[in-house]
Amino acid sequence: MSDITNNADTPRIVTSTELVAASLKRRRNKQLRLQMVGMGAIFIAFLMLFILVGSLVATGWQAFTQTHVTLEVFVDPEDIPADRLPRGDFDDTLEAALGRMLPGVDMEDRETARAVQGILSNGAQFTLRDRVVADPSLIGQTVTMKVPTSDPYDQLNKGLIERATPEQNRRVKDNEIRWFDTLKEQGAISKPFNLALFTNADSRFPEQAGLKGALVGSFWALLTCFLISFPLGIGAAIYLEEFAKKNRISDFIEVNINNLAAVPSVVFGLLALAVFIGWFGLPRSAPFVGGLTLALMTMPTIIIATRAALKSVPPSIREAALGLGASKQQVVFQHVLPLAMPGILTGTIIGLAQALGETAPLLLIGMNAFITSAASSPFDSATALPTQIFIWADSPERGFVSRTSAAILVLLGFLVLMNGIAIFLRQKFERRW
Amino acid sequence: MMKDSMETKLDVDAMNVKFSARDVQVHYGDTHAIKDVSVDILDNTVTAFIGPSGCGKSTFLRTLNRMNDTIDICRVQGDIYLDGMDIYDPNIDPVQLRAKVGMVFQKPNPFPKSIYDNIAYGPRIHGLARNKAELDEIVEKSLRRGAIWDEVQDRLDAPGTGLSGGQQQRLCIARAIATEPEVLLMDEPCSALDPIATAQVEELIDELKANYSVVIVTHSMQQAARVSQKTAFFHLGNLVEYNDTNEIFTNPQDSRTESYITGRIG
Repeated sequence: MSDITNNADTPRIVTSTELVAASLKRRRNKQLRLQMVGMGAIFIAFLMLFILVGSLVATGWQAFTQTHVTLEVFVDPEDIPADRLPRGDFDDTLEAALGRMLPGVDMEDRETARAVQGILSNGAQFTLRDRVVADPSLIGQTVTMKVPTSDPYDQLNKGLIERATPEQNRRVKDNEIRWFDTLKEQGAISKPFNLALFTNADSRFPEQAGLKGALVGSFWALLTCFLISFPLGIGAAIYLEEFAKKNRISDFIEVNINNLAAVPSVVFGLLALAVFIGWFGLPRSAPFVGGLTLALMTMPTIIIATRAALKSVPPSIREAALGLGASKQQVVFQHVLPLAMPGILTGTIIGLAQALGETAPLLLIGMNAFITSAASSPFDSATALPTQIFIWADSPERGFVSRTSAAILVLLGFLVLMNGIAIFLRQKFERRW
Repeated sequence: MMKDSMETKLDVDAMNVKFSARDVQVHYGDTHAIKDVSVDILDNTVTAFIGPSGCGKSTFLRTLNRMNDTIDICRVQGDIYLDGMDIYDPNIDPVQLRAKVGMVFQKPNPFPKSIYDNIAYGPRIHGLARNKAELDEIVEKSLRRGAIWDEVQDRLDAPGTGLSGGQQQRLCIARAIATEPEVLLMDEPCSALDPIATAQVEELIDELKANYSVVIVTHSMQQAARVSQKTAFFHLGNLVEYNDTNEIFTNPQDSRTESYITGRIG
């Protein structure tokens, strides 16, 4: 035995400290590489986010302003007689007002006159009509009006139409650019904040198209979704977590709820189309049906979040209440549920934020219809924010390009706001045990 | 021999018996946690349950107010009588039983509510107070008996969770006695407390025995010796020995008891 140790070939004694030192360098390098990869991943993620938001802002910010023309309109009693209101030649009146501002333009020529009138948005005559109808004493007077220009002139003003482009490739002809410049020299052109983007519903004309219909539609749909999925989801979660016996049936239900949360949203859309619209005969395109559909999708999220929140309430609180002689129901409703509420609300808000951005099921139930007025009840036809984006992105007019981006920014703004509320609730009411 | 002396003891104190357990078996799934335990727990007495970890003393304590009912896999067999009433009778509502048998837990567990609401919760759900004035009275009385009134009387609206560990535990004791129970079960009430707080709680336990039957599970033999008059030694689910505390610590009848109190097992 001792011979073996003596004969062992040991030219140099390597201490364990040296071995550790040698391996340490290798281990440190490995850790460093891992950290670099992690930082790289985060950098790429941020870069992507920056590119996304950056490109949206770059195209979308233009839509937050709208070119307007200020006109001195003489409300001619000959064109607009008081006894024929609300009818009258409002477009001719506006045309005449423009003609006075553009000296040297032959307004007798119908073609030219029509082109001049094209400077203004098609909606301008209705703005004038509404004003005169509201106050008929304006007839015979001169009123100052600020009306939006049509889309090509808006694009020209925002520099989105290159003046250097050959005339035949340009949407605004040379003489039209001259008219516009004349108006601009007179100080009649302005570019205020585009309030119409939020106060108008959809329109065929980009300069008049707004998000009000979509915002109202999304509001009704989310309200319906919340009112249905919140109580049902919490009820189901409380039963499963606190009262149901743990057996095969409850396991089966649990697995299926988790599966339900992963079902593609378009499937829910088809289901809603078949059941809510087909069988129940609920109205097409209605935010109420949209809300029902979204509730189907949000419910699993709420159930899962609620169960997690209920589980996180420490058993010591339940025991304390039970030990005092509280019934199971009192323990749940007086102690566990209030303590779980912040977690439940956080999960609910995140579920609703998901629902707000959901497009596919709404397309299937017809919430991508072209609707020019905001819904006054959840049963009126409406669009929602994501479907409005879908519609605008599909529209050929140039003005809708920036409006699509603007609508996406508005949607993202709401999502950030909702997630912000969720984080705030979590921070504020989170309890350490 | 031991069995004989125990029977005689039980007869002597028969008038004063609060809880009477006969052949109690508790199973957790396949585990036989309590085997054939028969014991009589006296009124106006502090009874200590001692024994090594996992010997079933906490489990047995929790059968006395049916807290084990909340655990799905737990089965209790045998008879337990409280003042001659079978507490596992199907007609007995555990909610009512727990109002009569209060419990204090190992970790102080005040509700995340105000000190006042912590105490008032039990009386409120059981309808013990007819109006605010009566409730105020119950709260003050309970806090006084919990020996914590002087420390919290000027901040009853402060959250109970903001108190120190010892204060929290005394608050929990006050909360338990606010429902006017007849028995107070304490599951290692001092294990999360420092020595000073422990001393305060022990003093309180000593005062409480004037009005209640107190059952305390403890890991500390010194504590059992200090606060209890009767001691039960549990080992591997069996009640090995039950006798006056003095007898247990000075003259144990069973070799296992002797080994435990001299530190050879556990």
